[in-house]
Amino acid sequence: MATSAISQSASQSAGTGARGGLRAWFLRSENARGYALMGPTLVIMFIALAAPLILLLLYSFWTQEGYTVNTTLTFDRYFDIFVNDTSENRLFWTLFQRSVSISGVVTLVTVLLAYPIAYYVAFHVKKYKFLWLILLTIPFWTSYLLRVFAWKIILGYQGVINSGLQSLGIIDAPLEFLLYNPTSIVITLAHAWAAFAILPIYVSLEKIDRTLLEAAADLGDGPWRRFWRITFPLSMPGVISAAVLIFVPTTGDYVTPELVGGTQGKMLANLIQIQFGKSNDWPLGAALALSGLAFVGLIVVFTVAAFRAAVSRVR
Amino acid sequence: MSKSSPATQDGYLRIEHVTKRFMGVTAVENANISIARGEFFSLLGPSGCGKTTLLRMIAGFEFPTEGAIYMDGQDMSAVPANKRPSNMVFQSYAIFPHLNVHDNIAYGLRRLRLSRREVNRRVEEALAMIHLPGLGKRRADQLSGGQRQRIALARALVNRPKVLLLDEPLGALDKKLRESMQLELRELQRSVGITFVFVTHDQEEALSMSDRIAVMFKGKVLQVASPRALYEAPNCREVADFIGSINFFEATVRGQEGGDVILEAAGLGTVRANLPAEHGFISPGARVIAAIRPEKILLLADGNGQPGQSAVGVIGAHAYLGDRDHLQVALSGRKEPVAVAAQQIERALTARFDSGQKVTLGWDKAAMLVLPG
Amino acid sequence: MMATPRRIQSPKTARPSIGLMIFAIAYLVFLYLPVLFLPVFSLNDSAFIKFPLEGFTTRWYDEALSDQNMIAALMNSLKVGAISAVSATFLGLLAAKAVTRYRMRGAGTAMGVIMLPLFIPEIVLGISMVLLFDAVDLPLSLVTVTIGHIMLTVPFAMAVLIARMDGFDKSLEEASLDLGESAWMTFWRVTFPLVLPGIVSSLLLTFIVSFDEFLIAFFLGGTDMTLPVYIWSQLRFPAKLPSVLAMGALILVASCVLVVLAEWLRRRGVSDEAKKGAIGI
Repeated sequence: MATSAISQSASQSAGTGARGGLRAWFLRSENARGYALMGPTLVIMFIALAAPLILLLLYSFWTQEGYTVNTTLTFDRYFDIFVNDTSENRLFWTLFQRSVSISGVVTLVTVLLAYPIAYYVAFHVKKYKFLWLILLTIPFWTSYLLRVFAWKIILGYQGVINSGLQSLGIIDAPLEFLLYNPTSIVITLAHAWAAFAILPIYVSLEKIDRTLLEAAADLGDGPWRRFWRITFPLSMPGVISAAVLIFVPTTGDYVTPELVGGTQGKMLANLIQIQFGKSNDWPLGAALALSGLAFVGLIVVFTVAAFRAAVSRVR
Repeated sequence: MSKSSPATQDGYLRIEHVTKRFMGVTAVENANISIARGEFFSLLGPSGCGKTTLLRMIAGFEFPTEGAIYMDGQDMSAVPANKRPSNMVFQSYAIFPHLNVHDNIAYGLRRLRLSRREVNRRVEEALAMIHLPGLGKRRADQLSGGQRQRIALARALVNRPKVLLLDEPLGALDKKLRESMQLELRELQRSVGITFVFVTHDQEEALSMSDRIAVMFKGKVLQVASPRALYEAPNCREVADFIGSINFFEATVRGQEGGDVILEAAGLGTVRANLPAEHGFISPGARVIAAIRPEKILLLADGNGQPGQSAVGVIGAHAYLGDRDHLQVALSGRKEPVAVAAQQIERALTARFDSGQKVTLGWDKAAMLVLPG
Repeated sequence: MMATPRRIQSPKTARPSIGLMIFAIAYLVFLYLPVLFLPVFSLNDSAFIKFPLEGFTTRWYDEALSDQNMIAALMNSLKVGAISAVSATFLGLLAAKAVTRYRMRGAGTAMGVIMLPLFIPEIVLGISMVLLFDAVDLPLSLVTVTIGHIMLTVPFAMAVLIARMDGFDKSLEEASLDLGESAWMTFWRVTFPLVLPGIVSSLLLTFIVSFDEFLIAFFLGGTDMTLPVYIWSQLRFPAKLPSVLAMGALILVASCVLVVLAEWLRRRGVSDEAKKGAIGI
């Protein structure tokens, strides 16, 4: 008994020195405790996200020489893309313009189609809200590849529409313009990304305090004015995040142009993939990817700012 | 301030030079409080004054940026919440929604590895103590607000803590229930003899229940004293203003005369008041505040006022409240009218009040408080 | 939220709501009809994907389930999905607890980094990880696919779990500590049971995301194929299409069941808490 009491008091007095101090510091520092808890997650994200992106940046300043990479830093890749009269230069701008315009149209169409649905579910559906939300959410989680492939089946030369119209005797020969062009990409993407637009817009609409609309009605606004002056501006965060969530990933989409785009529908991602496949020029692929990402980022920043400014004029 | 409190020497719970900063914001600044064993102690202040942060530091959910907290002489700086001899009743009650009443109350007992029988006995005892016997099987979502409050209390007390911490435990109850719980809590505290630290923003609640109160304002402990001392002898403008209602007068010290201090106050002229217990701030020419509570002002027959303890004014607004009248009396040389609460007994003497009527106000010099400017 | 009055529509606005409803239903048809062609043709007794339909058969399902390569790919996907789901949910739970329970400097930035994969095109994520695994000489395989999928699914887990953690009173955990339980026991006795619906929901959703993911698996798989990558490789062969459709239809049905389950758990949990809060205060 006596010895254990002594050793206990000894360890306690030692504890108040270094160990107790460290323990006390850990207890009182929420930063330390928070980051200790978050540490594993951040480490994984660093390994699988940050480090690869840093390496991607490095690669874009290197040069492919046969099967090896010359790691002398150089801006040549970017010069090839932006300045020199090379095939990369022409291809990059053609595909970049096509990617951005296809994604722009997709974003616009998707958001315009999704807004009324989100509005309907947020404001008019009362009893079966949950059912509607589930119905609108399911496609969001199902296989992207299969959803895109479904359109190939529908629009194809021997596809649903052509064979259907033919068997009904409406047309004699398959319609060739259905598949393998930018329009087929737009239709496919607008379908594939629908849920991404509906959910954020729905959330922002649902959050609107209904008494604001009552106040507007009380102050003499009719339904359309109420929508334009209250609902629409307050739903902007949802519209903007929907647009960004669709625009950025679709500019980099690979599957859709590959499956339904044809030769006239190739996009930036297909060119990047080629650098990692057939052409085997990783530095060029890295530079193309980063250039595309940077320009898309700039476009997003400016468009969102312009859009916000326009909406803030609504009084 | 804590130096003047009698509990300093044998303080069971001592808060010494405690400062807490959150990301550059100071929530508690250099708090010094000493609480005796078995005391019912309240932390009183408006919302955001730091009282809850201080309580959470005692519980071990927050740790002081500077200073230390001692319980029974032991430094708590490196002791986490689960190792402290204190238990808490949360503002939201924090009744575990996935457990029934019995399991909620028995939650802290599990660690003690008691027999099932002993646990049941203690839980039943606790349920009886809070007048909810036989409620053990009830699910957490089937409880009323008052029941939740009692169960939170039982869940804490069943562990026989040395200190019970209560974070505005009555705030969510309706007025009637709150008043009966105040009495019950006070009774309970007397019977179990545990030190209570009670956080509230309700001054009446604090005054009626506590042995002593610490008034906090903007992170600082302004005064630690008994309810009576806080009301009768506040040590600063903020405390006087927060507890009860009071009239303030800008004043200048003219000098001292015997045990009295002579002031020149706007609207009152020359005023005589008792020298306050701590009077380091009083020197001729110093700017101070003279203050008097509405119910300490008497309405005198014309010309009966004593020099230095009376003033003449004109009645403005007037409200009849049954047992008393509230008057706003305008004084020359002062923009704000003076609030006077006239008790019925003296009202009978002076018949009735009318707006525009001239009155003489008088008071005892002991009722005129002198506070630092 | 529930208490705010909803009924503000004057009689005049009732009509547009019918127009909206018709539009909404048409939109649902647009959303589901294309996908429904997959099961329809997978049951069609013809080697060609075309109208008119020839008759009912299940032979494409037999063919799909007897395709050893497809079954191997399915197994790969199940493995990758399960490991990714458990890892991402675990990591998401740690991060969600940190973010919702501690005042941390730079918490916003850390959250931003974790959520970043949602805002970067998958092709960029895919190729950059190819560069990394090449630099550290880690051969491309299911292992690298799994690492990629964990990174990709952590944001989904985080989003679900943060909502769940915010959904219950922080002082419940403090009450447990206060009653003498250690941080670890508090997690098991209080946090875990209360977050459980969120954890299950997160497991299901992250599993589905990983299971359905194509591009990252395509870049990081090397010669190992997940099911979407295998399907991709078979799309070129018209003769293989019906059995691919059969497998696709199975995946769709399985995904739908899991999603409905996950969403039901997630929303049920949240509304339970809301109800309790309303009663409690």
